[in-house]
Parts: sequence; structure tokens; C-alpha cells
Amino acid sequence: MTAYLIRRLWQMIPTLAGVVLLLFFLFNWVGGDPAQVLAGKISNPEQIANIRKQLGVDLPYWQQLLIFLKQIVTFDFGRSWSTNEEVSHIFLTRVGPSLTIMVPLLILQTVFGVLFAIGVAYVRGSLTDRIIMIVCTVAMSISFLVYIIVGQYVFGFVLGWFPVQGWSDSFGKNLVTYAPLPILLALFVSVAPTLRLYRSFFLDEISQDYVRTARAKGLTEKTVMLRHVMRNAMIPILTDVAIALPGLMIGSFLLEKFFSIPGLGREVITAVGRSDFPVIKAVTVYLAVFTMFINLAVDLLYKWIDPRVEFK
Amino acid sequence: MSAVLDTMPQTSEVSPGLWRLAGRRLLKDRVGMVSAVVVLFFLLIIIASAFGWVAADWGREVGVSYANPSFIAGQENLEAQTMNAAKKKDDVPLTDLSAVDPLAPWYAEWEARTKRIEVTQVERAETLPFGGDKWGRDIVKKTIKGAQSSIVVGLVAAFAAAFLGTLFGALAGYFGGWIGDFFEWFYNVFTSIPYILLVLAFAAVFASSPFLAQFRGVPMVILILGVTGWTGIYRLVRAEYMKHRSREYVRAAEAIGASHGRRMFIQILPNVSHVVLVQLSQHAVGFIKAEVILSFLGFGVPIDSVSWGTMLAEAQNELIIGKWWQLAAAGASMAVLVTAFSMFTDALRDALDPKLK
Repeated sequence: MTAYLIRRLWQMIPTLAGVVLLLFFLFNWVGGDPAQVLAGKISNPEQIANIRKQLGVDLPYWQQLLIFLKQIVTFDFGRSWSTNEEVSHIFLTRVGPSLTIMVPLLILQTVFGVLFAIGVAYVRGSLTDRIIMIVCTVAMSISFLVYIIVGQYVFGFVLGWFPVQGWSDSFGKNLVTYAPLPILLALFVSVAPTLRLYRSFFLDEISQDYVRTARAKGLTEKTVMLRHVMRNAMIPILTDVAIALPGLMIGSFLLEKFFSIPGLGREVITAVGRSDFPVIKAVTVYLAVFTMFINLAVDLLYKWIDPRVEFK
Repeated sequence: MSAVLDTMPQTSEVSPGLWRLAGRRLLKDRVGMVSAVVVLFFLLIIIASAFGWVAADWGREVGVSYANPSFIAGQENLEAQTMNAAKKKDDVPLTDLSAVDPLAPWYAEWEARTKRIEVTQVERAETLPFGGDKWGRDIVKKTIKGAQSSIVVGLVAAFAAAFLGTLFGALAGYFGGWIGDFFEWFYNVFTSIPYILLVLAFAAVFASSPFLAQFRGVPMVILILGVTGWTGIYRLVRAEYMKHRSREYVRAAEAIGASHGRRMFIQILPNVSHVVLVQLSQHAVGFIKAEVILSFLGFGVPIDSVSWGTMLAEAQNELIIGKWWQLAAAGASMAVLVTAFSMFTDALRDALDPKLK
């Protein structure tokens, strides 16, 4: 196990290097001259040259790469080009709201997804199953944007159950007043694809031999589903949840934009709109690292769940 | 002369190949066929729109502000009333200032010259078939043009991503060795960054890049989606190529001296194309949805263009004042297209590989 761990960590290094190189290539070479972007309407060449010197983009490329590496390691990406707020401060203050929305959302999504999927797998092949699948397909084709716009209008504006937008400074108030509507809408939207996916996992398991054995033993269908099938289907479900984890950090940027939630996702969107490179670079690098570690953690988790899994 | 009669029965026709069988299965699938018809209908509309036969004048402001749809023509329209009121001239008589006005001698001449210029007074319609937006543009025409933008971007980006994914997958799967390792590393780099973030990062860089300034607008969205979306197809094509490269027919081709390129793209590719086709359709659906979201955020089509995304962005503010038709038009047409395309893709996948149900 330790050998596997060390080997995986060792293999992460070229990928990390690749991500750094890709971002460097994109932002320092393909991307526009940051001095032009920063200076905006100012075309005073002295000012632009000064900004260039400050940002270090007049140095040769290999020196710029070293600066980038140093920034990654010291968590200091300087300041945002538009608001002059320190990038690390942006990170720390925005992650909280994103997580306040995404963590309850992920938990509820998984729980409801599993429940509905088991229910649908229980009645597989019947008319209910087919109707639900068709409803899911149609529900998935309506854009998320339409759901949010209509949901905000109906639940926030017309019925007045929740505030249409907003955020506060207290965690409790956020969770109870401002978070429910976005979470509800996102849940509603995610039920359809999650249901389809988890249903296919359950159906794969049901067609296995051990299920036939369990039935032959005389177990009720309910016991077969809940005690045997569920456990085996949890593996792909867990993979799916793990894949969603890196997305937790950037939050659903659409939700944050619509509901004016000061989260990391909205920060990235505004940064892209303003060509605010330091923010985008920082978020991308750290999320890439986070994703790699999550993948490693998930692989290790497999071994704990399913002892048959062999590490190569 | 042989005493043995030729009693062998006539050999039946060549046994049908993968595509013929798939075609037969597809034709029998009623849901798939209905979806195919719907998708074809959309494609015909966007071809007509691209050539300018329909909706070429979508930008003309033919109606009053927020014109009502014809079926609810009676609804109150405060914006239109304000607009019409502003156009009416007051009936207050002008006081005569010719004694102090220095320009007074020239008024008569200017009046005569103005009368010579032709001015067509545009009569703005009070209602439009499915309503109008804030500037009085016809929603039906906007929906058609928006469909063209979104679908063209989705399809072309899917082709671009499929091209890249197939090329990389073929090279990685066929050659293996260090070429395969290089592409695996490249793939790992791209997939370790969450997809949305990758797309946004590319959008930020491409938008500000001087190299790509000529690609502004629709080509840029296609480029962004194509360059970030190749990973799924790469994975599958690589697996397929690894399976096929040691098959006998490839070995035979090698024995008679076929080059690597010939073996990769003329021998193996046709046998892998059904996988690529299904992936292509699935990616097309995904990219249409992605384009709508990108346009909504402002990173998609340029300002002078219309896409379903921009329509939804406008609709957001209109709903509060009770104007729901733009949201309905964009949302419904997108829902119909995506449902039909998804169902067609499912039918295609089932037809090409029934075991994978």
C-alpha cells in the first residue's frame, strides 16, 4: 500500500509539471500582453513599460516560469489586476460561500439520487420505469438557465418563499435563508442525470450472478436490493461523487452569478470577463492539484471498500 | 464432361456488414426515427437561415417595444404605449422668434431641401407572431437565427473535438511506446483541470490574445470547445486502436508492405468509426448546451449576433415585467432540439452496438 502510494505521488509530478507548463504557455505566451490589459485605455508607453516591469513580463521566458513556480509554492499570486485585492485573500473569503452551497447540495444530490435510482431499478422494465426515463430525458434538455430563471421568478418573486438573491455575513442565516433556493433548484436539475446514471449502475449489478443466487436462496427482493445490490453499486456511485468533488470548490458558477453569492465560481467568471489573469491562474493551478489528490484518495478508498481490488 | 450435377444452391447475397445492419435496426426504432426527423427539421431550418432565405432580417426592429404575441394581443403593453406617446408631436403652436433668431432667413430654404429627401416612416407593428423583445425584434426570427448559431457551433466544435481526439487516440493507441506515454501525459494534464475551469481559462486567454484576434466571435467559441473537448473521444479511440493493432488484418497489411499511416487511417479507422460517430453525436449535444451557457455569460457569440444564450440573458430581466415569450421561445426550442438529438444519439448507439444497452 505504501509502495503504491509513493509510486502514485511520484507519477503525479509530471502531470503537475504539465499543468504548470500548460497554464504558463496559455497565460504568458498565447494570452495578450498583460500590460495592455491592465493599462486599459491608457496608452502612455512609459506607464505600460512600468507595469510590464512590475509584472516581470519583460524578463526572458525561463525566468517568468521560475517566478510562476515560486508563486505556486508560496501561495502568493500577487494582486488581482482589476480590484487590487490579494489573490490569496480572494481565495480564502470566497471558498466559504461556495462550500455552503455545494456541500449540502452534493449530499442531498447523492442521497436523493440513490433513493430514486433504487426505486426505479426496483420497478425496472415497467411502464413507470419508461415514463420516468422519458421525463428525465426531457428534463435534461431544458437548459439549466431556464430552470434558474423560472425558479427564481416563481419561488422568489411570485410566491415569496425565498429571497430572490443575496448573501449575508452570518453562516446560519446563509444556510437557512439564502442557500435553500439555489440548492433546491440545482437539486431539481441534477436529479434527472443522476437518476439515469445511478439506475444504469444498479441495473448492471442486478444482472450479475450473485443476485440470482440471493433470490434462489429465498431472500425478498427488497433485501436483495438493499443488502447486496446497493453495496456493489456503491463503487461506481462513489467514483461519480469523487469526480464531483473538485467541482465543489468552484461552486456552480451559474448559481452564484444568478443569486449574487460571493463564491469562487462567480469570482472566476468576473475574472475571465476582465481578463484578470492572476486569479484565473491561481484557481486553476490549485484546483488541478486538488483534483489529482482527490483521484488518489478515491483509488485508496476503493481498496477499503472492495478488498478484492489489487493495486498494480 | 462431369457426371456430377451442380446441385449446390445459389449462394445468397453478401452478408450485411455493420453499417447495413445498424441502418436496419435504426429504421425499425420508432423513437429514433421520430427524433431523427425532428433533428433533420432543425437542420433544414438552420441551412435555410445560414443562406439567408429565412430570418435574414432578424435584427430589424419591426415591432413596438415588447410587442405582444398575436395570441394575447389584448394584453397591456406599457413600454409600447410609452414609445408611441413619445413619437406624437405636441400641438402647441410655436412662438415666432424670427426677429431675434439669427438663422431665421434660411429656414424656408432648409424646409424645401428637407422635403426633397425621401423618408420612409416605419410603421411599427403592435403585435408580432410570437412577440417582440425590448427593441421590437421578431422573436420567431431571433429563435431561428439563434438556433443557427448554437447548432452550428455545437456541430462544428464536435467535429473539431472528434478530429483531435481521433488523431491523438490513433497515434497513441497504434504506436504505444513513448508516443503513447506522451499522449497519456497530455491527457492527464487536460483532465486534471475541471472542465468548466478549463473552458473558462481558454476563453479568457483566447479573448485577449493578439494571435487569435482574427478568430473573434463564433470561430473562437468553436476553437475553445474543440480544444478542450477532445479527451473523451481520445480515451475511447486509443482503447480501440490498441485492440485492433494486433489483429490479423492489420498484420496482413503490414506483411504486404502497407505504411503506418495507411494501416492507421485506411485499415483500422473504418472499423473504429462507429465508436467515433456515437461520441460525436453525444459531444454535439453537450457542446450545444455549453455554447448556450457561454453565450449567456458573454463569452460566446459577439454582441451583434444572436444565440439562444443571449436570448435567455435578455429574458432574465424581462420575466419580472411579465414578458415571458422570449424565455418560452428560446427555452422550448432548445429543449425540443436537445431532447430529439439525445434520443437520436441513444438510438444510434443502440443500433450500432445492441449489446451495450
